[in-house]
Amino acid sequence: MAEILVDCRGETCPVPLVETRKAIRQAQPGDVIVVVGTHPASREEIPMAVRALGLELLSVEGTDTDWTIRIRR
Amino acid sequence: MSAELQRPERVTIILHSGDMDKVYSALIVGSGALAMGMEASIYFTFWGLQRLKKSGLEKGPLSKMNFLGLGKWMVRQRMKKANVATLERLMRDFKELGGKVIACEMTMEIMGIRREDLREDWIDAYGAVGTYIQEARGSQITLFI
Repeated sequence: MAEILVDCRGETCPVPLVETRKAIRQAQPGDVIVVVGTHPASREEIPMAVRALGLELLSVEGTDTDWTIRIRR
Repeated sequence: MSAELQRPERVTIILHSGDMDKVYSALIVGSGALAMGMEASIYFTFWGLQRLKKSGLEKGPLSKMNFLGLGKWMVRQRMKKANVATLERLMRDFKELGGKVIACEMTMEIMGIRREDLREDWIDAYGAVGTYIQEARGSQITLFI
């Protein structure tokens, strides 16, 4: 099981969401995708996308402007 | 359940405007939908179709306060500072995530635009109103921009 890092720090709408989706598409089932970012809305919206895609949201940590989201494909 | 209901949810956008800010709206909504697991198509028609011309994507004016390009220049500076993605990048991501680009054939005829004038590498289909209706009738979201 690989761990894939998506660094979206400094990026704004819609890049964190889009980059997360691209990483999910490239991941194998079971892989963990770790997204780090600073865009406040994406902290709420990436988990929404994860649920919509039927994937497992492992954790959301940090503040609105400095967060880490872990997803299992 | 019918086959139609089993299709993924879909967003269908008509991009009638060629204004830079509205092209942003269309591509952001489209790629957001793809990122959240939906399908997305954008129909480029009328002024919107101008943006599919070779090196035309970034050429649109601002829809308000363009001031002969000065307003657009100022907004661009602000966007650069806020690290907003370029339209080129948004289009690349839209295509990479499976978004569909449809060029309006009637507009091409009216404006004398040939296929070779357009970014054919982005275009999935050349269509008319029937293509739009067929896509839109099975869409959960449809927008006219």
